[in-house]
Amino acid sequence: MNENSDIQAHEILDNLTLFYGPKKKFVAICAGTGCRASGSLKVKEALEAELKKQNMNDVDVLATGCLGFCEKGPMVVIHPDKYFYQHVKVEDVPEIVSKTVANGEVISRLVYRHPETKKTLYREDDLPFYKKQHRIVFGQNGMLDPSKIEAYFNINGYQALAKALSEMTPDQVISEVKKAGLRGRGGGGFHAAVKWEGVRRAHGDPKYVIANGDEGDPGAYMDRSLMEGNPHSVIEGMIIGAYAVGSNQGYIYVRNEYPLAVEHLTIAIAAARENGLLGKNILGTDFSFDIHINKGAGAFVCGESSALFASIEGRAGEPRAKYVHAVEKGLYDKPTVLNNVETWANVPLIINKGADWYASIGTEGSKGTKIFSLVGKINNTGLIEVPMGTTLYEIIYDMGGGIPNGRKFKAVQTGGPSGGCIPESLLDIPVDFDKLYEVGSMMGSGGMIVMDDTSCMVDVARYFLEFLKEESCGKCVPCREGIRRMSDILEDICAGRGKEGDIELLETMGAAIADGSLCALGGSAPNPVLSTIRYFREEYETHIKEHRCPAGVCKALITYSIDAEKCTGCGVCVKVCATQAITGEKKKAHVIDKDKCTRCGACIQSCKFDAINVK
Amino acid sequence: MTKPISVASKTKQIVKKHGNSKSAMIAVLQDIQEAFNYLPKEALKTAAKAMNVPMSRVYEAATFYTAFSLKPRGKHIVKICKGTACHVRGASILQDRFETTLGIKPGQTTTDGKFSLETVNCVGACALGPVVVIDTDYHGQLTVNKVDKIIKKINEEGA
Repeated sequence: MNENSDIQAHEILDNLTLFYGPKKKFVAICAGTGCRASGSLKVKEALEAELKKQNMNDVDVLATGCLGFCEKGPMVVIHPDKYFYQHVKVEDVPEIVSKTVANGEVISRLVYRHPETKKTLYREDDLPFYKKQHRIVFGQNGMLDPSKIEAYFNINGYQALAKALSEMTPDQVISEVKKAGLRGRGGGGFHAAVKWEGVRRAHGDPKYVIANGDEGDPGAYMDRSLMEGNPHSVIEGMIIGAYAVGSNQGYIYVRNEYPLAVEHLTIAIAAARENGLLGKNILGTDFSFDIHINKGAGAFVCGESSALFASIEGRAGEPRAKYVHAVEKGLYDKPTVLNNVETWANVPLIINKGADWYASIGTEGSKGTKIFSLVGKINNTGLIEVPMGTTLYEIIYDMGGGIPNGRKFKAVQTGGPSGGCIPESLLDIPVDFDKLYEVGSMMGSGGMIVMDDTSCMVDVARYFLEFLKEESCGKCVPCREGIRRMSDILEDICAGRGKEGDIELLETMGAAIADGSLCALGGSAPNPVLSTIRYFREEYETHIKEHRCPAGVCKALITYSIDAEKCTGCGVCVKVCATQAITGEKKKAHVIDKDKCTRCGACIQSCKFDAINVK
Repeated sequence: MTKPISVASKTKQIVKKHGNSKSAMIAVLQDIQEAFNYLPKEALKTAAKAMNVPMSRVYEAATFYTAFSLKPRGKHIVKICKGTACHVRGASILQDRFETTLGIKPGQTTTDGKFSLETVNCVGACALGPVVVIDTDYHGQLTVNKVDKIIKKINEEGA
């Protein structure tokens, strides 16, 4: 190592940081994928034009990554007071600038109102959604424009890298991460430092470092939001990891469905190279490392390590048996560290603030925080970051605000297609890697899909098995054929063709598939079925024995009818019905022809009087 | 007017851009699909030759990944998100409606070549579920009643 490198790294970085100047008053507008879909980019343009018009050139507009509370988008946070405005439209912009930005005056129609107490809450931190969160990783999103590296410098970006390169040996970096207790955020929860140590010790050259951004679990989008909203945190984590294990080449494998993430990562990597943070002699040291982006092409199994390597190598993403681990023989049969995007984003924090600080957050076996996507039948949908050990109840009721439309909570699905459904009786469990596993589910990448009494658990199991049937790569028999058979049985149960003994058969097959499959996809595939049988067995029995779907979901087991007392004869349902199954005179109760009705749900969605019954 | 570039020479350009390397297979196929909206047979043959791999290797990758299509796709691609969050909020109802309105199943293209219908596992915009992505536009919290209007609007814009 270069002798002068100790001083150099910090000095070089300080020069970069100084160059970009101090913080200013600013308006942050969420430009994550969710808010973009709700029109936030137009609001951003309007804000910029209006600030110019009103001669407020000292105020910046930051198009930030995802702020988490996607339900309320487009949302705007006005700094330094952190006033939070929801559902902002272009028409609101002149008033926001002239009142709030200029004079600190709050516009009451745009602020959040507590759904129960009806109290208005002005500041971001006061909102129940944010209040109990601990946003050490994700909170940075709101402070920076992800397309500008100087914004990341402003929040102490790349300081951890400078510290690692100049003050720590690779072994010290690894032992710090080990002491922090960082476990992989992608699913398995394997200790990151153990992998790193393995690769550092392994023989073979070159060594590779990979960020897994193939966020395949449906219902999880925290990695997307990190790559889009704070790409440099992932890159910085990877460089530190590469330094620790002795690697010069890294890859970020991003899902095909995430174009904005690819865009922002590409910009960030180019900026890091320009500033000497990637490439040869990083920050004046003799350590060199670079990153290449690989786009996936729509295959769930590529989130599995050996399938991901195959995909980067340009082949079909088929996993292989892991007699030899990736730390010995991974990408191109060379020692490889593969960590999930969120895991990498945690690394700079550990180096900056120390392992003791990090390990003080969380539970005995699971340290730090975890980002979850709280979606489905829940009032406050969005991304939340909480300390490990927070209970499901706190997440769903305190932050999530409970179930919409006064419906009843039924289950929360965690861990994606590898996970399971957790019932109401277990809402008190603290969420961490080990607890979720104990109750038959898993952490996965952090998706939490909340279901109410209109969600059918058999249908949910059928949905996941259909998903896995499509996504099984087909290499090993238990997974390919077994999942197909389980899926057929579930299909039958939902179509009213269920038989006595089906539940037991599913249980037996589930155990066999879990035992016999080559990779984690097959190994965990039965989980959605086994966990729903475990907690909702009577729902399966009702489908099989009574040919009834209590939740009103399985089409073959339900009929639609119109409540003559509630129907006003407005005719809206007649217009939306695709099969002309609804007839009736204006202003008189309508009727549904059960033979023509396809139970598509269009009439239910359009009826304002709740007059369509499903039984 | 410039002469339209042939499939073979465009493909050669793409393979060259990725250093004629077979490890860039996926990226090459992605670029080919972007250029032609699908993977023409001629392009696959040319790519195999240029990368010095048997056609079977190219075909293996082209058929393994769901993002690739060996058939020409429509002018507008309708992607219905089938993620769990969208599923519990009624994605299959939307799918039924798109199928009825467009008269095609997922994986098919309308006879006039205007629309292709596809399903996708999760687009990662779960808070907006159910979501349908048409070309690059995200339509969040979509209801059945809006489906026909959206299709009509696209049809009118294209006319």
